[in-house]
Amino acid sequence: MLRFESVRFCYEKNRPVLDDLSFSVENGESVGLIGANGAGKSTLIKLLLGLLSGEGRILVDELPVEKRNLPEIRRRVGVLLQSSDDQMFMPTVLEDVTFGPVNYGLSRDEAERRADEVLARLGIPELKHRHNHRLSGGEKRMAALATVLAMEPDVLLLDEPTNALDPYNRRLVIRTILSLPNTKLIASHDLDMILDTCTRVLLLSNGRLVADGPAEEILRDRALLEANRMELPLRFAR
Amino acid sequence: MANAERASAELRQMDDLASSVSPIHSLHPLAKLIVTISYVLATVSFDRYELTALSGMILYPAALFALSGIPVRTCLHKLRFVLPLVLAVGLFNPLLDRTPLFRLGTVTVTGGVVSMLSLMCKGAFCLAASFLLAATTPIDALCAALRRVRVPSFLVTLLLLTYRYVSVMLDEVSVMTTAYRLRAPGQKGIHISAWGSFLGQLLLRSMDRAQSLYESMLLRGFTGEFRYAEGRRAGLRDWIFVLICLSAFALCRFVDLPALIGGLLVR
Repeated sequence: MLRFESVRFCYEKNRPVLDDLSFSVENGESVGLIGANGAGKSTLIKLLLGLLSGEGRILVDELPVEKRNLPEIRRRVGVLLQSSDDQMFMPTVLEDVTFGPVNYGLSRDEAERRADEVLARLGIPELKHRHNHRLSGGEKRMAALATVLAMEPDVLLLDEPTNALDPYNRRLVIRTILSLPNTKLIASHDLDMILDTCTRVLLLSNGRLVADGPAEEILRDRALLEANRMELPLRFAR
Repeated sequence: MANAERASAELRQMDDLASSVSPIHSLHPLAKLIVTISYVLATVSFDRYELTALSGMILYPAALFALSGIPVRTCLHKLRFVLPLVLAVGLFNPLLDRTPLFRLGTVTVTGGVVSMLSLMCKGAFCLAASFLLAATTPIDALCAALRRVRVPSFLVTLLLLTYRYVSVMLDEVSVMTTAYRLRAPGQKGIHISAWGSFLGQLLLRSMDRAQSLYESMLLRGFTGEFRYAEGRRAGLRDWIFVLICLSAFALCRFVDLPALIGGLLVR
């Protein structure tokens, strides 16, 4: 479903942020993307969505990530950004959730029906008419997720989904992620969350893929993690 | 509260006002837009000496304030920076036009004074009507209505994005001034020596935020033009509102109602 073939990307000449990156993610897989700050996780997500372009090939369902395919790719791949404030730009939750579906040609009624379904599925129907600036951090995160799910994407890219959430809301987001059947690529420093939600982990370091394997195996490997400026998840560190 | 925070809160307050519930809020945005444009055109078309006839135009904003439940003081507060500028437009008229028009007791009222008052009224009325339109209609609905009356797409998108990004910039100003004040206790405002780097940083941060928001829009199918979701169509009630308002404006414009009523009372 997602395939990276020898992908390389530089912001500055000869200083690659991602280098010779190759991997694939199959349908229905839930894959964690981990790495220290600056390892290239966010860059990888931007490349996949065509917000940046580099060398090599990236394919989504055999569609190459290139300009003419971007509308279709962006319909199939939904992304939850690190900051909910960047994701929510309309006045109310309803308008934000219907923004994507309307852009993809749904009528107002259909878009609103879809928004109702998604908000109910996430257990936040009461947020429908709330103003975005009046939402708490946890509510905003769930509403941001609703804006993504309303597009009915096949693949979900979640960039730090539990960022700055209190334990209750963090648990709520984890439960929601677990309930979603989509293919998922989750970039995070929250290794316990990765352990809860992913079966496979990709470890990035200095733009290279240094490990790719079962989540439990990689996240228990203290030597591997410490060599790449990371630490064991809390539950293994005790 | 810091100035930037206050400004940002005021902007959000407009969103809150626009989503309130009242007979005026529930009118179709297109109907309100047509009426407001007609009101502005009718108001500015009065001759500069037709002060009494012009005073009849106050009925529209007055009725809207009453029906929408928006307090007049909120309007005055929001327009506190613009209103004085508009009122100052005709300030020099009394010096330029000294033709005596009539006497008020022992005072001779010149054409300059009347035209100054007339300009002030026109400015204040038009501002009030525009404020009422913005305060009773969400910005997206307003933009959709502007597109319906064939305002070019790029202008409407510019308006909408400016409205959205102003709050982004104000948020950044607020965060930066808070960070500055915490490390510069006792200082009033930002020291002149820090202005350059402060503005530079503000520009960079606002651009980053704007870029993130824009990318977020792109990822949800934005292609440069807002596809305004078609809400309900304008109904009979909306067109009756338009008809009543336009008739009232025409009546005020062509019949000097205050003079007529005054004449009846005096007789």
